[in-house]
Amino acid sequence: MKPVYMDNNATTSVAPEVLEAMLPYFHELYGNPSSMHSFGGQVMKQVRRARDQVAALLGASPEEIIFTSCGTESDNTAIRSALLSHPDKRHIVTSRVEHPAIRALCAHLATQGYRVTELPVDAEGKLDLDQYRRALTSDTAIVSLMWANNETGVIFPIEKAAEMARERNILFHTDAVQAVGKIPIDLAKIRIDMLSLSGHKLHAPKGIGVLYLRKGAKYSPFMMGGHQERGRRGGTEATPSIIGLGVAAELAQKKMEVENTVVKGLRDRLENTILATIPNTKVNGDRLHRLPNTSNISFEFVEGEGILLMMDEFGICASSGSACTSGSLQPSHVLRAMGIPFTMAHGSIRFSLSIYNTEEEIDFVIEKLPPIIDTLRSMSPYWKTGAKVCEEA
Amino acid sequence: MWDYTDKVKDHFLNPRNVGEIENPDGVAEVGSIACGDALKFTFKLDENGKILEARFKTFGCASAIASASAMTEMIKGMTVEEAAKVTNQDIANYLGGLPDEKMHCSVLGREALEKAISFYKGSPVQAEEEKIVCECFGVTQKEIERAVRENRLSSVEEVTNYTKAGGGCGNCHPLIQEIIDSVLAQPGATLPVIPKLSNIKKIKMIEETLEREIRPALKHDGGDIELVDVVGNRVMVATRGACSSCQAANLTLKNFVEVKLREQVWPDLVVEEVSA
Repeated sequence: MKPVYMDNNATTSVAPEVLEAMLPYFHELYGNPSSMHSFGGQVMKQVRRARDQVAALLGASPEEIIFTSCGTESDNTAIRSALLSHPDKRHIVTSRVEHPAIRALCAHLATQGYRVTELPVDAEGKLDLDQYRRALTSDTAIVSLMWANNETGVIFPIEKAAEMARERNILFHTDAVQAVGKIPIDLAKIRIDMLSLSGHKLHAPKGIGVLYLRKGAKYSPFMMGGHQERGRRGGTEATPSIIGLGVAAELAQKKMEVENTVVKGLRDRLENTILATIPNTKVNGDRLHRLPNTSNISFEFVEGEGILLMMDEFGICASSGSACTSGSLQPSHVLRAMGIPFTMAHGSIRFSLSIYNTEEEIDFVIEKLPPIIDTLRSMSPYWKTGAKVCEEA
Repeated sequence: MWDYTDKVKDHFLNPRNVGEIENPDGVAEVGSIACGDALKFTFKLDENGKILEARFKTFGCASAIASASAMTEMIKGMTVEEAAKVTNQDIANYLGGLPDEKMHCSVLGREALEKAISFYKGSPVQAEEEKIVCECFGVTQKEIERAVRENRLSSVEEVTNYTKAGGGCGNCHPLIQEIIDSVLAQPGATLPVIPKLSNIKKIKMIEETLEREIRPALKHDGGDIELVDVVGNRVMVATRGACSSCQAANLTLKNFVEVKLREQVWPDLVVEEVSA
């Protein structure tokens, strides 16, 4: 069964062009870019090209690109670097809806004598900039706010937030793992000190990430080792993955228009049809400021894992913020931070599309989903036929 | 993705006994939507006092639905007294096991069964002043003690898997550890290495061991063995062929069959020969 894959915020397929570009660098052109011989040197040239390609996608300079192993490493490096280069400052500002790569690290740092402010969000997942401004202090070493939320797709006003941090001379980091490749980002226009991205969210392979480090920003490396990445990240370069990421970045730039028209159109049709055909459903998150590919929908009085497994029978891949799928016993921290009621939070499903989804796939999901919800609701002790239709915001 | 057994998947995709019985003899509602799973369970008895019909409605994940479906299947035909003896482990065993993190689903099934039986007996479980240990999921000290005792749990993580207690803010972890320590300190609570087995599982494991390790050896001498019954620790077998007339058969049973079965199935069993 060919999967109907709508879980692209979890990971994406490696684009055929990316795979093709990578393949020679495993077996034929396996040289070490640091070597003195031309066999390695030719690989160095390709790594350099990839750095240019990634920089172009971000509106950055190539020397501002540090290749890492993943988004989590980039996030960890950014925050630890900020703390190490400002040993006198003990305060971190972040939000309640960040990815675990930031949350877990901040929770750990809170036990190490750092003070962490987790900014709340409103019912639509939006940040209150006034509250943010008040959270910044002279003791703040770093602000870390995600560009776009992985669960709801809600986009934070990063430009304004970065500007407000800069006014206070505070380092600003953004986890842009979900945003890069989906919405235009131009770091030549927005002054951000550090930005994390992850290859496998934009059709490059897993195991490759980038930390963008603004020229002149204070930095202290996390991975000590060789002189790679100008001594800012030790370890032999993952050459095939870096070269793949370069191609993926170029593709993403080319497809940005498609992402924001065609993919957005598919997403909107999926979302609107579900809302129109299945009662007691609601979109989670600000629908105006949102990634074009993401839709997070709650189905009242049913539990997400059941929906996912029944969709799985048809090969439909999505994800859920329900307790049962989160590995913990509580629904997703993002939905809880938004104050989504339990009747809704447990039944949330995230569809995240990519340029590879088709109209036929949308039709398929629209056809299969309503009976699944019906079946599960008929089993639910809370579901009464004709139950009050929830208010649509 | 959870590693669910085929039986869990089957009971989730084709749940048995969904619904609600009108004028039931026993009824119970356990869990809550805030906690992520809830179960409404009803049953009706026949004229002989046996469970004729059992139905459920569940809000919860696949394993919660499968556990409720399994429980209703298991108890049909049982007397209320028999049904009262069904443990959460029996429900999990019936499904071929549940992932550790999902054991609380089987506990929810057992709780519903117990509460419905109390309702039937006219003594609904009193909402006595019980000490809540886990504020996030409203789990009481008694519930935790019981889960620790019955399932021989030894860590906070296991208690969370079985009762959800401690799965939220985590403030109650020290308290849960104290409860574990105090239950384990009670006499008779020493931890056996072997998990508690249901009869069905025992029989299956004995049959497998007989087939794999014992019969080939006996057949070599022209003998054979059959399992007749299992009652508690007593494993009743009948010898066949050359064994049934062999003077040394009794020695073989004790020194070979019993030793093998104790090794493979559970250490306290006793093999007895019966003529069947």
